[in-house]
Amino acid sequence: MTKSNLSANVSLQRKIVNVLMTILVLVAVVLALVPLILILGDVFVKGAPAMSLDFLINRPTAPNLPGGGIAPAIEGSFVMVGLATLISIPIGVGAGIFFSEWSTSKLSTVSGFMNDVLTGFPTMVIGLFVFILIVLTTKTYSAFAGGVALSFIMTPIIARTTSESLKLVPTTLREASMALGIPRWKTILRIVLGTGKNGLLTGILLAIARASGETAPLLFTAATSTLFIKNLMQPTASITILIYYYALSSVPSWISQAWGAALLLIIIMLSLNLFVKLVIGRSLTEARME
Amino acid sequence: MTTKIRRQIRNEDYEDPLTSKHRFSAAKLETKNLRARFGKVEVLRGINLRFPENSVTAIMGPSGCGKTTLIRCLNRIHELTPGAKVEGEVILDGINIYSPKVDPVAIRKRIGMVFQKPNPFPTMSIFDNTVAGLKLNGVRDKKKIVASAEKSLRMAFLWDEVKDDLKKPGTALSGGQQQRLCIARALAVEPEIILMDEPCSALDPVATAKVEESIVALKKDFTIIIVTHNMQQAARISDFTAFMYLGQLIEFGETSEVFEKPENELTEKYITGKFG
Amino acid sequence: MQFRLNGDAILTILVAAAALFIIGLIVAITVELYHIAAPSIFRFGPAFLSGEEWEVNKNEFGALPFIYGTLVTSAIAILIGFPISLGVAIFISEKLKSHRMFGYSLGTVVDLLAAVPSVVYGLWGVFVLVPLLRDYIEKPLNHYLGFIPLFSGHPEGFDFFSAGIILAIMIIPTMSAVSRDVLKAVPNNQREAMYSLGATDWEVTQKSVLPYARSGIFGGFILGLGRAFGETMAVVMVIGNIPNITANLFSPGYTLSSLIANEFGESTGLYESSIIEIALILFAVALLVNFVARFLLWRMSRGMEVKV
Repeated sequence: MTKSNLSANVSLQRKIVNVLMTILVLVAVVLALVPLILILGDVFVKGAPAMSLDFLINRPTAPNLPGGGIAPAIEGSFVMVGLATLISIPIGVGAGIFFSEWSTSKLSTVSGFMNDVLTGFPTMVIGLFVFILIVLTTKTYSAFAGGVALSFIMTPIIARTTSESLKLVPTTLREASMALGIPRWKTILRIVLGTGKNGLLTGILLAIARASGETAPLLFTAATSTLFIKNLMQPTASITILIYYYALSSVPSWISQAWGAALLLIIIMLSLNLFVKLVIGRSLTEARME
Repeated sequence: MTTKIRRQIRNEDYEDPLTSKHRFSAAKLETKNLRARFGKVEVLRGINLRFPENSVTAIMGPSGCGKTTLIRCLNRIHELTPGAKVEGEVILDGINIYSPKVDPVAIRKRIGMVFQKPNPFPTMSIFDNTVAGLKLNGVRDKKKIVASAEKSLRMAFLWDEVKDDLKKPGTALSGGQQQRLCIARALAVEPEIILMDEPCSALDPVATAKVEESIVALKKDFTIIIVTHNMQQAARISDFTAFMYLGQLIEFGETSEVFEKPENELTEKYITGKFG
Repeated sequence: MQFRLNGDAILTILVAAAALFIIGLIVAITVELYHIAAPSIFRFGPAFLSGEEWEVNKNEFGALPFIYGTLVTSAIAILIGFPISLGVAIFISEKLKSHRMFGYSLGTVVDLLAAVPSVVYGLWGVFVLVPLLRDYIEKPLNHYLGFIPLFSGHPEGFDFFSAGIILAIMIIPTMSAVSRDVLKAVPNNQREAMYSLGATDWEVTQKSVLPYARSGIFGGFILGLGRAFGETMAVVMVIGNIPNITANLFSPGYTLSSLIANEFGESTGLYESSIIEIALILFAVALLVNFVARFLLWRMSRGMEVKV
C-alpha cells in the first residue's frame, strides 16, 4: 500500500471550524477585558475628584455638609486587618506545616479537607458565627470581633499556601539536614521554612489583600462608626463597610466619597498584587489555585 | 579533530553524498538545502538527502547533531516550537511541502510520526487511540473504522495482546505496548512515510525487539525514517544509514557499506566509538 | 517513639493544635449556627426549604425564594463566566505560545479583575452596570423578545440578570487562572501527537489538550461555582432584594446571602432564628459543593495515570 486513499486535503469544514474557534476565543478575551477596563476607569474617574488630604485624614461631616473624610475607616481597616494578621499567621503557618510535614496522618487529611472547605467559604456566614461567638457575649460590636472574623478568613488561605510551598521543598534537603544531626523541629523551622519562605510570604500577602477587601464579615461584627478608635471593644469603621453604606445612601457627597474610597482600596489591592508579582514572582490568583 | 575534517565541515559546497552513489534510486522524500534554526542557533546547515521508497533509513549521529530536528522538519512539526525557523525544501512526490500553497495539516497526514516517549492519549481507550487520527479526518463509516483499527494493531504487532479488551485505557498498557499502540495510531491514517524519533530508547530489550520486528515488517508498505543512537539497532533493521554531525550530513549509503567501509573519517570515528 | 519534652514534641503539639483548630472552627460554626437556628428548624421543619412566604409580621418564613435566587444568579454567572474563562485560558495557553510575554501580561491583566473587592463591584454595579444593562440589553430584549417568559416584565435594572452578570465578571479571573495553569501543564508531546495525525490547531486543543486537562478545568469550575454561591456584597447591591420566584430574569430577586446582609441587623426572635437557618443552608451548600467536587475529581483522575 503506497498510495493513501484518504483525501490529502483538509476538508473546508474543518478549516472553517478552526478559524471560527479562533475568533470565538478572541471574543472571549475581549469580553473578559471590557469590564475590567470599565471598572478601573470608572473608579479612577469618579474617585479621583474625591481624593484630597481632607479626605484622607479627617472624620466625616454631617450629610450634605462639604468636606469631611474617611480617616476613621482607613484607621479601622488597618487595625482590624492588622489584628487579623497577627492571629492568623501563627495558626495558619502552623497548620500549613502540619499538612506538609505530617501529611500522612489522619488528622492531616481531615483537617486539610476542612481547610479547603473554609477557603471558599461564604464570608457572610463567618461573620454571623463571630457575631454569635463574640458580639453576643460581649454585648457590643467591636474591632476585636471584626479582626477575629477576618482572621477566620485569612487562616485557611495562609494554611493552604504554606502547605503547598513547603511541599515543594525537596525531601533531600530535609534528609541532608537530619543526616547532620539537626533535630526535626529545627530542620522544619530553619531549613524547610527558610527554603519555602517566598511561598509563605506570598500566601500571607494574598490573605491580607483578601481580608482588606472583605465587607460581609464586618457587617455584624465591627458594624460601623464615624469616630476614631478609642479602644478595640467599640464599633469600628472600615473602608469596605463605608463604601457599602455610602453607596446606598442618597447623599451625593457621600456617594462621591464612596468612589474615592473605592479608588483608595483599588490602589492598595493593586499595589499588593503588583508587589507580589514583581518581587516574589507569582500572581495572587495563581497562589490561590487548587 | 584533524584539520582535514574541520575543513570539510566548514566547506558548505561539499559534494552531496547521495548524488554520487544513489542518484538512480526512487526517492520518496527528498530534502534540498534544508536549514533549520532555534532562534539564532542554526541546527541544520543545509541538508541534502534522498530517502528511498519502501525502505528503512536510519539517521545517526552524536547528541546535538540535529537528527531529531531533521525529522521534525520532515513533517513540519519543528515549526510549531516558538522561535523555530525552516528554510530550504522538502519534496514529497515532486511537491515542496514548505511551499506556501501546501497546508501543513494535510502533509502531516501523509507523513506520520512516532515519538521517543510513548504518548497515547490518556483519556482514550486503546481502540479510540488507534483510530483517533482516522476519526479526525472525517471517516465515519463504523465498519471501516473497526477494520482499520484491527489492521493497524496487527501491523504494529499489538493485536493479539489487546484484542480481548480494546476498551481499556491506552495508558493501562506496558511501555512497549504503549509504543506499539502509538505506531498503530500512526498507521491508521495510512501515511506514506513514518518518522520515528528513537522509538525504543524508553523501552526494555524485549519491548525493543517487538517494536523492531514490526518496523521491519512495515517497510514493504511504508517508507520509514528512524532516528537512533543505537548502532546495533541500525545494523539490524535499516537498509540505509545517514550519518550527521553538527548539523550537516556527513555520509549516506547502504547500511552495510556505511558500517563496514565508511568513506568519511568522522563516520568511522563515530562507528568505532571514538566519540558520540 | 519516646516522649520527651524536647523541641520535636513541642513543635508537633503546636502544629497539631493548629490543625485541630481548623477542624474545631468548622465544628464550632456548625454548633453555634444550629443553636440559634434551632427554634426556626423545629418550627418549620423540612417545609422551610420549600416554603415560599417570607413574612415577618406573620412569623411565616420559607427559604425557597432565596434558594431560587442563589441558584438562578449562580447559573447565569456560570453559563456566561465559564465559557469566557475557558476561552481566555485557551487563548493564552495555546494561541500565545510563541509570545510568552504577551500571554503572561494578558494573564496578569485578567487576574487584576480578582483584585477588585466585592463591594467595589457593587458600587460600580449600582451606578454604572445596572443602567447600562437596563438601557442597552434589558429594554431591547424586553421590547423585541418580550414574549419569552425570560425577558418579559418591566426591566428596572436591579434584577436577577444584573446580579448574574456581575457574578460572572467576578468569577472569571479565578476560573481562568486555574484553567490557564492546567492547560500549560499538558505535556507538549500530547499536542504533537495530535498534530502529527494531521489535526488543525483547534482539533488539537479540543481532542487532546482539553480532555487531558479536564479534571483541572473542572476544579476551576467548582471554585467559580462556590464563589458565586457565597458572594454577598455585589449581589445585594444590584439584585433588588425582593423575594421572588419567577422565570423572568428582569425582575428583582433575593439570594440567601443578600437576605442575611439586609435583614439580619434588625431581626429578633423567630425572625432572627430563621435568618440563621438560612445561613446554615448556605453552609450546607458550601460543604456539598466541596464534597461533590472532590468526589468527581477523584473519579476523573482515576484512569489517567500514565505508567511509563
